[in-house]
Amino acid sequence: MPTSLKMISTRWDDPQGHTLARYRETGGYEAIRKAMTMEPDAVIEEVKAANLLGRGGAGFPCGTKWGFLPKDVFPRYLVVNGDESEPGTFKDRLLVERDPHQLIEGVLIASWAIRAKQAFIYVRGEMALAHERLAAALNEAYAAGLVGRNIMGTDWSLDVVFHFGAGAYIVGEETALIESLEGNRGMPRLKPPFFPASKGLYMQPTVVNNVETLANLPWIINNGAAAFTTIGDAKACGTRLFALSGHVNKPGVYEVDFGTTTFRELFESPEYGNGIRMGRSIKAWIPGGASAPWFFEEHLDMALHPGPVGAAGSMLGSGAIVVMDDQTDMVRAAWRLVKFFAKESCGKCSPCREGTNWLEKIYRRILDGHGRPEDIDLLMDVADNISPGLTWPPKQTTICPLGPSAASPLVSTVRRFRDEYEAYIRKVA
Amino acid sequence: MARLNTANTERARELMGHYPRARSAMIPMCHLAQEQDGYLTDEAMEHIAELIGCTPAEVYGTASFYEMFKFHPVGKYVVGVCTNISCLLVGGEELLAHCEEKLGIRTGGTTADGMFTLEEMECLAACTRAPCLQVNYRYFENITHDQADALIDDLSAGKRTNDVPPHGTLSRIRQSIPADRRASRDSI
Amino acid sequence: MSDATTPEPPPKTTLTVTIDGRATEADPGELLIAHAEKVGTYIPRFCWHPRMREVGMCRMCLVEVDGPRGPSLQPACMLPVNEGMKVVTDSPTVKKAQDGVLEFLLVNHPLDCPVCDKGGECPLQDQTLSFGPGESRFVEEKRHYEKPISISDLVLLDRERCILCDRCTRFSKEVAGDPLIHFVNRGNRTEVNTFPDDPFSSYFSGNVVQICPVGALTASPYRFTARPWDLDQVESTCTSCAVGCRVVLQSSGDRVTRTQGVDSDAVNWGWLCDKGRFDFENIGSVDRLTNPKVRKAAGVAAQDATWFEALERAASVLRNTPAEQVGVIGGARLTNEDAYAWAKLLKGMLRIDNVDAQLGDGLSAQFIVGTPQATIGDIAGASAVILLSPDVKEELPVLFLRIRDAAHNKRVPMVELAPKATGLSRYVRQSLVYRSGEAGVAARALVAAVAGTPADRQIAGVEADLINSAAATISNALTSGKGNGNVVLVVGRTSLAETAQSIEDAAHVLLDAPFGASKKVLHACRRSNVRGAIDMGLAPGMLPGRVSLAQGLDWFSTEWGAVPMLPGKDTAAMLRAAANGELKALVLLGADPLTDFPDHVIAEAAFAAVPNIVAIDLFDTPSTDRASVVLPASGYAEKSGTVTNLEGRVSLATAKVSGPGVARPDWMIAVELANRLGHDLGFESVEDITAEIARVAPAYLTMTAATAGGNGALTPIAGAIDAANESLAATTAAEPDAHGTTSDVAEGGDTRLDDDADSVESVESVESPSVRTVPPLVTAAAPTLAVSVPQPDSYSLRLVVGHVLYDDGTLVSHSPSLAKLAPGDGLHLHPGEIERHGLSRGGQVNVVSQRTAVMLTVVENEAVARGSAFVPFGQVGGAAAALLDADELQASGIVKIRLETVAE
Ligand SMILES: Cc1cc2nc3c(=O)[nH]c(=O)nc-3n(C[C@H](O)[C@H](O)[C@H](O)COP(=O)(O)O)c2cc1C
Ligand code: SF4
Ligand code: FES
Repeated sequence: MPTSLKMISTRWDDPQGHTLARYRETGGYEAIRKAMTMEPDAVIEEVKAANLLGRGGAGFPCGTKWGFLPKDVFPRYLVVNGDESEPGTFKDRLLVERDPHQLIEGVLIASWAIRAKQAFIYVRGEMALAHERLAAALNEAYAAGLVGRNIMGTDWSLDVVFHFGAGAYIVGEETALIESLEGNRGMPRLKPPFFPASKGLYMQPTVVNNVETLANLPWIINNGAAAFTTIGDAKACGTRLFALSGHVNKPGVYEVDFGTTTFRELFESPEYGNGIRMGRSIKAWIPGGASAPWFFEEHLDMALHPGPVGAAGSMLGSGAIVVMDDQTDMVRAAWRLVKFFAKESCGKCSPCREGTNWLEKIYRRILDGHGRPEDIDLLMDVADNISPGLTWPPKQTTICPLGPSAASPLVSTVRRFRDEYEAYIRKVA
Repeated sequence: MARLNTANTERARELMGHYPRARSAMIPMCHLAQEQDGYLTDEAMEHIAELIGCTPAEVYGTASFYEMFKFHPVGKYVVGVCTNISCLLVGGEELLAHCEEKLGIRTGGTTADGMFTLEEMECLAACTRAPCLQVNYRYFENITHDQADALIDDLSAGKRTNDVPPHGTLSRIRQSIPADRRASRDSI
Repeated sequence: MSDATTPEPPPKTTLTVTIDGRATEADPGELLIAHAEKVGTYIPRFCWHPRMREVGMCRMCLVEVDGPRGPSLQPACMLPVNEGMKVVTDSPTVKKAQDGVLEFLLVNHPLDCPVCDKGGECPLQDQTLSFGPGESRFVEEKRHYEKPISISDLVLLDRERCILCDRCTRFSKEVAGDPLIHFVNRGNRTEVNTFPDDPFSSYFSGNVVQICPVGALTASPYRFTARPWDLDQVESTCTSCAVGCRVVLQSSGDRVTRTQGVDSDAVNWGWLCDKGRFDFENIGSVDRLTNPKVRKAAGVAAQDATWFEALERAASVLRNTPAEQVGVIGGARLTNEDAYAWAKLLKGMLRIDNVDAQLGDGLSAQFIVGTPQATIGDIAGASAVILLSPDVKEELPVLFLRIRDAAHNKRVPMVELAPKATGLSRYVRQSLVYRSGEAGVAARALVAAVAGTPADRQIAGVEADLINSAAATISNALTSGKGNGNVVLVVGRTSLAETAQSIEDAAHVLLDAPFGASKKVLHACRRSNVRGAIDMGLAPGMLPGRVSLAQGLDWFSTEWGAVPMLPGKDTAAMLRAAANGELKALVLLGADPLTDFPDHVIAEAAFAAVPNIVAIDLFDTPSTDRASVVLPASGYAEKSGTVTNLEGRVSLATAKVSGPGVARPDWMIAVELANRLGHDLGFESVEDITAEIARVAPAYLTMTAATAGGNGALTPIAGAIDAANESLAATTAAEPDAHGTTSDVAEGGDTRLDDDADSVESVESVESPSVRTVPPLVTAAAPTLAVSVPQPDSYSLRLVVGHVLYDDGTLVSHSPSLAKLAPGDGLHLHPGEIERHGLSRGGQVNVVSQRTAVMLTVVENEAVARGSAFVPFGQVGGAAAALLDADELQASGIVKIRLETVAE
């Protein structure tokens, strides 16, 4: 089994990896120096050529997204999405805590490329250490002339502002992130018309990128797009961070080659998961965060590649893989995620606000032993009214995908483990 | 309680200066107020509204959207136990129940001495080191019941204050942009 | 800086949109939901409101729209139409989605329709009955909140019924600019609420009740007063102020129980202010005058009398008093028909010209009718707007909404000139708060700065920088290419402690300034139908239809038989003359000078001296108490007719209920009096009068009830005067005998046969006095200012007096829900002045003017400039009118006061 190349987690094990000194010793801030010798559009072309897929969940090609900015409309903004709250997801926090300068350099490269007037790094509120590391790194970078006025003595200037949230999962959705950054309730805007590229922060063209996406930029600029595309699969290149949690022997955040590593390798390889706990077998897993439909043993040999995973009816999303062994109570596990979505609904759309909470109440009734036989179909139909057809990718009666996401664990478990639901209900009867 | 004190008012003004529009500083300013008083007081929200130039209802309406803002006094230490999926699978709920017992309060409650508030948290992004809890948003990962007890005992005894500042304090390092380093800004 | 936010000019052509298989023509930029409704397909909705930004929250309007990846469900309220769009609104998918949304909205909605105010007119209830699922599948416990909580003095909120459509909250922020209600908490726990102890005290709070799609918001003035299905309704025009909002009046059992706004594109967009919405309470008030009253002897109170007795008595006063010794004050409460009837009686029959609908609180009638007229709608299209007006938010609230919309949402550049900051100050680019009395100085400085001579020092109390940046605003606005290049001036009496001449002078300076493609004036006239009354001739020197006495002499002599010989006095002059014994009779047409004339001392002296007072009114007032004859009139909602708003728009006011007792419409009283005085006004109905106005009042030619219907029509009707002149000329030519001059013209024409035919005609028509032409409309001339304002000193403050929305006036004081909202007397001072004088907020201070002293509470008010003091007019206690010395104002252009601290 090939050992994956480390591209973005190289300094994680270094206790001083977060300092400017160490970052520079290990080649830091060379990529931005190089990028600044290139035309901004050339940087965009390079990133396009690297086929860097967004790491925030939707997996949209980064360069293409930058290309959507309407020509000649300024000011433009870069907003970095570090709100990481998708259950099971755990990577952006480490990238900020352990290698903040790599992120800052990525921000500089992206800002140069898109000719942003200002950049904002929005970090989830509950991450105090990440705040401290990032604030310190930015202070260092400002003092060293790497950020702010006349960057590296040139006439390019850019402010990078550290911003932090206050606890709301939905704010990770890019338009909600923008609302929140404007000082409002983090409620998503409808796309269209509010695509950030044209009507984003302060209604100006805006790029929203995930932390991990940007953390790849220094490597790409230093080594070139061509080198990047040789790693992983041609359609899903580079490496990706996967947070492997749940019932494996060795949970962890692993940087693996994108598109080639399989689920089985990830779960079983001693380098990664090292097998299911207590020698049990696997019952199900979530391949890409709480919003993703679940996978089962028939998917074990599938590569961690958005193509096949999508075709099989799920997604790699935010790279959160949660493994459940054969002892896991599927109804309870699904309930916990539905409860999460119900609690985190922003409240804007009636189907999500009312529907997810209704689902959660039905679940609780079933778990409390007051389930009725018709409740299983009711669950499915209420979910269907949030996500018509219960298909993948989901259709939605809502503005954003949060509401429909609540259907994923529900539908996955009802379809596969209906008997477990029935067992709860039978206990009553 | 209180409006922002002089130093924090200065800091609030500095924060507003970080953004093209002052209102963008709303959440960081609310955190600042919460750091000062342990929770977000009505007076502080009124003060923030004044500084930003909006109504207190807009500050309250915005702040109350977010989980971390408290509108009533909470414990000096807010203990948050994650029970979301990754933690649930490896004992998050049990850990929460244990903390309830240890602290003698129900989830959502505050101990009589005002030292601890216990909360159930959504995924904290420490999934690979579940179960986990936070005290004032500082992580304690892969934590056993005994370790949780020891932590609570330490905090009660006034130890570990370096690791865990009082509730409300997030980053103890502030981003400051020196005037001579700031990229020139013209208005939007 | 980019123009990313300015919409590109829409392409000219229409688009084809297919709705349920039917091809329809749509305008670019239209939202699908609005377009579909226009072509007859109603898409259900809760959150969408045509006058507010779409939010797409409720998800009720989901329809299937064809896209590259097949049909998908999309909210029709968020979707602009585009070419070739294919929409299905009735497929099973759509039906299921909509039913699903409805079910979601109902899961936490209480089933208390039978006791809900909205029951019977509730969109949620209606949708449920027509589309919704029958049995509820929701067996869980519903969300619970404390039942209705007061969010203001007028509005209650039941959070359990709320469906979180964001209408009220959007309204408060986007439309009213008072974001005092807000979504609070998140997700399923989201609720609408205020900040603790900070109520939704907005002048516009009633609108949220009207636009709430469920019964979550209710208004205390009509909670539980009637069930919707018992209500009977008519459309009418609000006359609480001169904006002229369109309303529906709803009644139950001959009582008006509710007023709702109607969406008139030209005027109010569906909004009303709370005064206009809730002062219906006075209509059925128990305090209304129900019977005529006659004073039998000096010193005793007037007693109930018959109409016969009372009219006889009133007629004898008029019969026995020479025209120049009669003064007639008031008329703003009248409809145009009432006003015309009175004008015809007074001016045409009795030749009285001491007639004034204003009470010394406005600008001259000549200025109001004689300046180029802007419409409310012109504001949003203008390149720049200059405000020289009282606080529009306090006096003309819905006009405030429209101006605010233009300034805030449409970014029309505005500059304000005012003696005190106003509700619009925060929306204008620059607010030049000048020292009271020095409007003209400030205006000249501004105009000079625009013309290239920047201010180099403080002028009229305004810093040079501010004047220069205001000038830059105007210059930039006019060169930006945005708007139509025109400038709109909003002009009104900025303060009662500043003369009308001063404001008119400043306005003329602006009007004559060398910038702007054209300049028009929107008149901030305040009192209900005052504009209509002036247009009908109830102003000194004026005749109906905006013509002057001099120029209308021939025309009205022909129509009426006579007109007054000389221009009469305005209200101030009448009161002064009365006080000097020069007037022997006063007729009050719904006027209460003892309360409303700015100077109580003069008003009191007049009332003390004048032997005969005839009052026609709705209520007993301090002024009617002094009358020898009191005639009860029917009021708003009790009579029909037309009214004219401040932009000269005529619309219908409609009767809904019967008046109290034996009260009669004012026109009828005029007819009765005319009869007793031996005249016949020549009409028997309101319709007769409307028709006569349309025939004889130049600016109102062809203004029939039909023309004024719906959302009204602007005067003068385009082309009407020219058409009348043409037909008059034709009639004259065709009927030589009637005028006996046609042959002369022909002869004269013959002598100049070799001249150009056109010029022959025009010369002749001028030369020939016998060809009737419609008299020209008045053009205002700049006043000559006689006074020079004294230098400011540090001992005194300049008084500024203005109205606030809720006062002790007749209508508010008889509307219990509103009366309690009047702020009361007080001396409003800048915090710096409070410090300087060593005063305490809320403490008492002795306010000394040239002629009197009053004790007032100190109110901190940042809107008041240093060196000034503001006292609201017409509050209980009447301090403003006690302090406001009209003689001093006339002599020096300002009113000075001093403060004396009182020992605690
Ligand atoms: C409910 C919801 C939550 C999301 N949370 C996150 C998040 O925490 N972090 C993130 O980067 N993207 C999140 N996303 C995805 C963002 O909307 C957006 O696609 C992403 O930040 C784009 O960055 P990328 O193109 O670099 O991946 C979320 C999306 C949804 C619908
Ligand atoms: S789907 Fe849910 S979270 Fe997303 S916008 Fe709608 S209510 Fe908010
Ligand atoms: S009317 Fe369109 S979403 Fe509410």
